[in-house]
Amino acid sequence: MSTLIEVPPVKHKREVLDQAVIRFAGDSGDGMQITGNQFTNTAALYGNDIATFPDYPAEIRAPAGTIPGVSGFQLHFSSNEVYTPGDAIDVLIAMNPAALKVNVADLKANGILIVNSDSFKENDLRKAQMTSNPLEDHSLDKFRLFAVELERLTRRSLEHLGLDAKSMDRCKNFFALGMCYWLYNRSMEPTVRWIEDKFKNKPLLVEANKLTLKGGYSYCEATEAFQISYEIPPAQLTPGLYRSMSGNQALALGFVTAAQKSGLTLFQGSYPITPASDILHELSQYKDFGVMTFQAEDEIAAITSAIGAAYAGALAITTTSGPGMALKTEALGLAVAVEIPLVICDIQRGGPSTGLPTKTEQADLLQALFGRNSEAPIPVLAASTPADCFWVAIEACRIAVKYMVPVIILSDGYLANGAEPWRIPKLSDIPEIPVKFATDPIGFLPYKRDPLTLGRPWAVPGTPGLEHRIGGLEKQDPTGNINYEPLNHENMVRIRAAKVAAVVQDIPNVLPAGDPEGDLLIVAWGSTCGSITAALKAQRAKGRRIGHLHLRHLNPLPSNVGDVLKRYKRVLVPELNMGQLLWVLRAKFLVDAVGLNKIQGRPFKQAELEQKIEEMLGL
Amino acid sequence: MSTATLPPTLTKKDFQTDQEVRWCPGCGDYAILSAVQSVFPELGIKKENFVIVSGIGCSSRFPYYMNTFGFHTIHGRAPAVATGIKAIRPELEVWVATGDGDALSIGGNHTIHMLRRNVGIKVLLFNNKIYGLTKGQYSPTSEFSKKTKSTPFGSVDRPFNPISLAIGSEATFVARSVDVFQGHLKETLKHAATHKGSAFIEILQNCNIFNDGAWFSLTERDARSEHVMQLEHGKPLVFGKDHDKGIRRKSDGDIEVVQLGNGITESDLVIHDAHHPRPSYAFLLSHMEHRPGFPTPIGVFRAWDDLPRYEDVMNQQIKDVIAKRGPGDLAKLLRAGDTWEVK
Repeated sequence: MSTLIEVPPVKHKREVLDQAVIRFAGDSGDGMQITGNQFTNTAALYGNDIATFPDYPAEIRAPAGTIPGVSGFQLHFSSNEVYTPGDAIDVLIAMNPAALKVNVADLKANGILIVNSDSFKENDLRKAQMTSNPLEDHSLDKFRLFAVELERLTRRSLEHLGLDAKSMDRCKNFFALGMCYWLYNRSMEPTVRWIEDKFKNKPLLVEANKLTLKGGYSYCEATEAFQISYEIPPAQLTPGLYRSMSGNQALALGFVTAAQKSGLTLFQGSYPITPASDILHELSQYKDFGVMTFQAEDEIAAITSAIGAAYAGALAITTTSGPGMALKTEALGLAVAVEIPLVICDIQRGGPSTGLPTKTEQADLLQALFGRNSEAPIPVLAASTPADCFWVAIEACRIAVKYMVPVIILSDGYLANGAEPWRIPKLSDIPEIPVKFATDPIGFLPYKRDPLTLGRPWAVPGTPGLEHRIGGLEKQDPTGNINYEPLNHENMVRIRAAKVAAVVQDIPNVLPAGDPEGDLLIVAWGSTCGSITAALKAQRAKGRRIGHLHLRHLNPLPSNVGDVLKRYKRVLVPELNMGQLLWVLRAKFLVDAVGLNKIQGRPFKQAELEQKIEEMLGL
Repeated sequence: MSTATLPPTLTKKDFQTDQEVRWCPGCGDYAILSAVQSVFPELGIKKENFVIVSGIGCSSRFPYYMNTFGFHTIHGRAPAVATGIKAIRPELEVWVATGDGDALSIGGNHTIHMLRRNVGIKVLLFNNKIYGLTKGQYSPTSEFSKKTKSTPFGSVDRPFNPISLAIGSEATFVARSVDVFQGHLKETLKHAATHKGSAFIEILQNCNIFNDGAWFSLTERDARSEHVMQLEHGKPLVFGKDHDKGIRRKSDGDIEVVQLGNGITESDLVIHDAHHPRPSYAFLLSHMEHRPGFPTPIGVFRAWDDLPRYEDVMNQQIKDVIAKRGPGDLAKLLRAGDTWEVK
């Protein structure tokens, strides 16, 4: 563990702010994600609350300098609690004209704009389809523009090292990072440590990156370019030990924790797909925890191998995104029919079909709830923040083994790649996950149920005397023998539904945030939590009586949702889809709820929500 | 040693279930079921350690009739489900029952990947060259121009040769037997059972309802010896009613059928080598049945067991990492990376 970083002394004017939003934008080869992550890590270590929004193209390297190749990373850091990466930005770093063009509209008036002036030659402008040079045509006059020759200055810092031009140019993002560290009075130490570790076998690159980073910092100091720097004090978070956590990383850690708490071997069957692959990357590192990762030949083998592993007694999971989820649906039905524990993660992205692989969306809710042939109910949970993914993973495993059901977790690209500070829990505070394997052949029947959970016995192969057959054909209750009788089928369909409905006994009643009754209730789920929390706070500060119900359990719904809906005059359901939860709530509760729907591959802005709230309140 | 500690001797009856067998009367599947039920008790494996996994199709009803652990999964996916089982429990004896449609059409991808990984699974592919359960459409092994319910003017698909496909996937054990050759079938199953890696057994099986007689040219008493060549490791490739024909290597590496006599003796023939580490010879054998005048080989094409099993490699890797890093410390993992304290 490191302690808080000391701030270097400064001579110039310094202003204390409570928050800032900074966005790094450049070509997808410019290292903007690394730069953003470095600033995030430094801000988090300093004790700020943070929320991030990495936004990158689906192409690994679109043609350099073009609009489709622009990659961005936005960070909101604050001395207060933050809920979103921020609507508008205070500081924009644009490495080329395309990055400027795509991002400048989000920069606040009088905001700081740092551009790499070396990349604004005629050719660069043409690639960004610009007809005049914005650095000269006064179109940027409302910003505090700092045109910095990043390439030339980087090369000058490195000329004595004997690197080729290309290698030198690849360091220029750290020149910009060094400038930002100066601007916000941050220590370079965490990034220096990262550089030393990252390039530990390439001493020349360690030297080059450190020199560039320090070059950017010293440039600000020497030229007094900004004349002012900012101080954003640490946030007052709940006491404890923190680390920065992304949604995919949190899911992986949650599953490892659930495996340990249940005493089961964790098996992950997965096929690479954006934005879920990082869960596989993460878990494949944890062999020392006995974690078994299987990169299957396709999405179907990914889930069916997990079904096999669960049948053999593992804590089995499969991780994917929407298109992969579609391929898994038949196997999901099998998991429902054979009633084995399994956790399926759908890290949603824009669709339909391949859609927007790297952009976020919430449009797989109805697929998760209903996307199988026939009556095949499955419990569905949704994480609301990156760190919440940890807890959702554990809860999904708990439900799966307790009720002998597959459980779906919905996350999305925004949660998967976004990061926030995570208070590291004490392991002793996390309850064990009790698991009981059937061992007694006397009276054993494969579908004899626990009266409380309606779960059937988990009877794994290798257990003497428990030889039995299961499969996708309809089974006789409780023998498990093939049975096509009409009344048996209806009975089994109803039992499977009752079992999923019984999960409600493990779901606490919900309490809306904000006003417990009033003029407007916002009901939502998933990654919109942060923006809605921020909007709710702002609106309530203006005296409006609003509540916010954020659903983690989408199937079954908590038992008091219907009662809560009645305590407000109107109901608003904001979603990054065409109104899927809205559809469920209207159908289930006959409530005249209204949707706010955004399908742009981007999260809600706080302002968009506030505008809709005010509209609904007749303001 | 007291008799109480001896494992009970298993019999064929121990592997029969109380479920009514629902294959059509006269189906070749009955003979395969009987052979498997006869062979399993002889393998010295505890009954509870057998798992039979299947996909969809007539053959895939197999698990219901075996008194072992059984999993009737979904169409084509049995190899993937079985891989998950083996990964977690390598000590289990996992057999997959599948058909030509299940394994080669909808599940072709899983079949080839299971074989190239060398997962320790035995695959029984019931090949009747037709879709039976859906009532008579052509399958990926049906012959070109075959008229079926879905190809009234003849199929325009060229068929797969399952043996060639398995060898092409570098399966380490590849064999063929026939439903009605009970003795041969049982011996082949026993041989497969001793193989540690993936074992692929194509069983030529008659569907007497939708494709009756598909294999009569091999199974009818007078045709049998002319058209079938039994492969035996270390023995020359001989066939014919009077054992008077054989397979000889040509100077260009190809093979030809020769008549024994007139100076040609068994010493001129190819000696069957099932244990060759490379699959090219077995592949050549697998293709001969498509050539005029050549016989159809049955028996073990390839049995090379020096490749580690996938599930063993998977589990060993975990053991190696634990040996190197020590068992994972979860509290430490949660605190990994840069952390900071808020007081």
